[in-house]
Amino acid sequence: MLVNIDPSSRTTNRKIHNSLGLGLAPIGILILLIVPTLIPPYYSYLLATIFTTALLATSLNLVLGYGGLLHLHHGVFYGIGAYTVAIIMTKTSWPFALAVILGPILSAALAFVIGWFCVRLRGLYFGMLTLALGQLVWAIVYRWNALTNGDNGIHAIPVPDFLTSTSSVYYTTLLVLLLSLLILYKITKSPFGLTLLAARDNPVRSESLGINVKQHRLIAFVIAGFFAGVAGVLFVLLERSVAPSLLFWNKSAEILIMCLMGGLTVFLGPTLGAAILVLLSMIVGLYTEYWLLVLGLLLLILVLFLPQGILGYIYEKIKGRRQRGGSLDASN
Amino acid sequence: MLQIEQLKKSFEGYQAIANANLSVPQGEVVAVIGPNGAGKSTLFNLITGHLTADSGSIRFQETDITQFTPHQICHHGIGRSFQLINIFSSLTVFENIQTAVLAKHRLDRKLFKPAKKLLKEETLEVLNSFGLVRYKDHLCSSLSYGDQKVLEIAIALGSKPKLLLLDEPTAGMSPDETNRIVQLIKRLSKDEGLTILLTEHDTDLVFDVAQKIMVLHQGETIAQGLPEDIRSDKSVQKAYLGEAEVC
Repeated sequence: MLVNIDPSSRTTNRKIHNSLGLGLAPIGILILLIVPTLIPPYYSYLLATIFTTALLATSLNLVLGYGGLLHLHHGVFYGIGAYTVAIIMTKTSWPFALAVILGPILSAALAFVIGWFCVRLRGLYFGMLTLALGQLVWAIVYRWNALTNGDNGIHAIPVPDFLTSTSSVYYTTLLVLLLSLLILYKITKSPFGLTLLAARDNPVRSESLGINVKQHRLIAFVIAGFFAGVAGVLFVLLERSVAPSLLFWNKSAEILIMCLMGGLTVFLGPTLGAAILVLLSMIVGLYTEYWLLVLGLLLLILVLFLPQGILGYIYEKIKGRRQRGGSLDASN
Repeated sequence: MLQIEQLKKSFEGYQAIANANLSVPQGEVVAVIGPNGAGKSTLFNLITGHLTADSGSIRFQETDITQFTPHQICHHGIGRSFQLINIFSSLTVFENIQTAVLAKHRLDRKLFKPAKKLLKEETLEVLNSFGLVRYKDHLCSSLSYGDQKVLEIAIALGSKPKLLLLDEPTAGMSPDETNRIVQLIKRLSKDEGLTILLTEHDTDLVFDVAQKIMVLHQGETIAQGLPEDIRSDKSVQKAYLGEAEVC
């Protein structure tokens, strides 16, 4: 296993998550429903960008945090989802609904092909192959001018009239994010999710219990690819344009850092990581073009001082307080 | 129940298993003994599919399982515990057993059913029979060494095997903990009629629990039979004590 997870953190996080995180969820959703009526459209756009990125990061965490696999090029499925909608809407007369459905399906199909090769490898080799095959897909998109417009990308992608206003895009991305998070959450709590954790902890033992570890990992990879494709569709609604940079490796590195920043062992960790990184990139972008340099420094700080991520750290602190409270109660 | 014939396995020229032959009758406790490096763990890894044999055959209940993968072998009814503790460190004691029970019922790929209450009774039954039910919500890594060893065996039992392989079940245990495992093996054999194949360094334990013993030396079966026959076998004494002492 290459992604090391502290065994004690998950059970602790899960209990606190159930009592705190899910209890606060309805209030958070209510606030998000009201917010666009109180803020300028630009901030609604910014929030919609965070929703899209949060979905992308959470989908990666199914493979990275729950599966323990060093997936280094998740951005490629995001890009394929976005390009599918872009190409269908600009080069065919197919309906928008079909484009929206085909985006995630093609991403999942590509994830199946890439995953089929990758799950045969372990650790760093797994990561390097995802990176190599992902860059291969990027190169095809970059060079296939007739279909993808190459380096120029595709712009002014037509979308239905009801999805042209900032508020409608905001509510659509929010709805899709909530539905997707609910599905992903259910998956992590299902027998499949439990078995994925077991295979992450101990693949040899899992195999000896009758679990087909490769198959489990492939299914997780395909699900993650599907939801990355959904995020890609949301990106098109938001930006109405696509470019090969969506599939370039540095996009994937950003997503990976979002997961690390929020916490791999907490379901909502990648969502928090996405919110922080999107806001930070916007603020840094006002002062310098060297966003990647700032990103590198952030990664360094995370690895050295906050290896469990922000939410993981907060949950550990709450756990410490509860234990101290418990021991005080016991002594009284 | 299990038939091994002329099994061979080498690693880059080193013959770990040279010519192993073994027959495990249904309902018996069979022990594989031998000095360090005799090939006991390699033999277990070959039976459970974690290693692939160079030649020879392994038949389980009339099915040739020599080329099967570990998960296929488990579904045919062979469970195992490992020499070093091999549990799921980030899961609770309950989830460790539940993982095995879910896989046994082929429910491990269910995507939308909550795992929490699925096969709860069956999981608790296994925990109860091993005296682990009070620890069910504990993180398994917080258990004592002895309890982790018991959990190690309980996980293997969670998949309801017909044949249980125990690889040095008492390694690193105190006399009290060893006695607990001995009682457990006897109970599984007598009360539940489970067929058990075990490797063990503690020869007193082996002669106490086994109805049949196979002696492996330098990857080769040098003796096989009843405990009293093995005790008086010259070739076994030679393998264990060296030629000078026997003469």
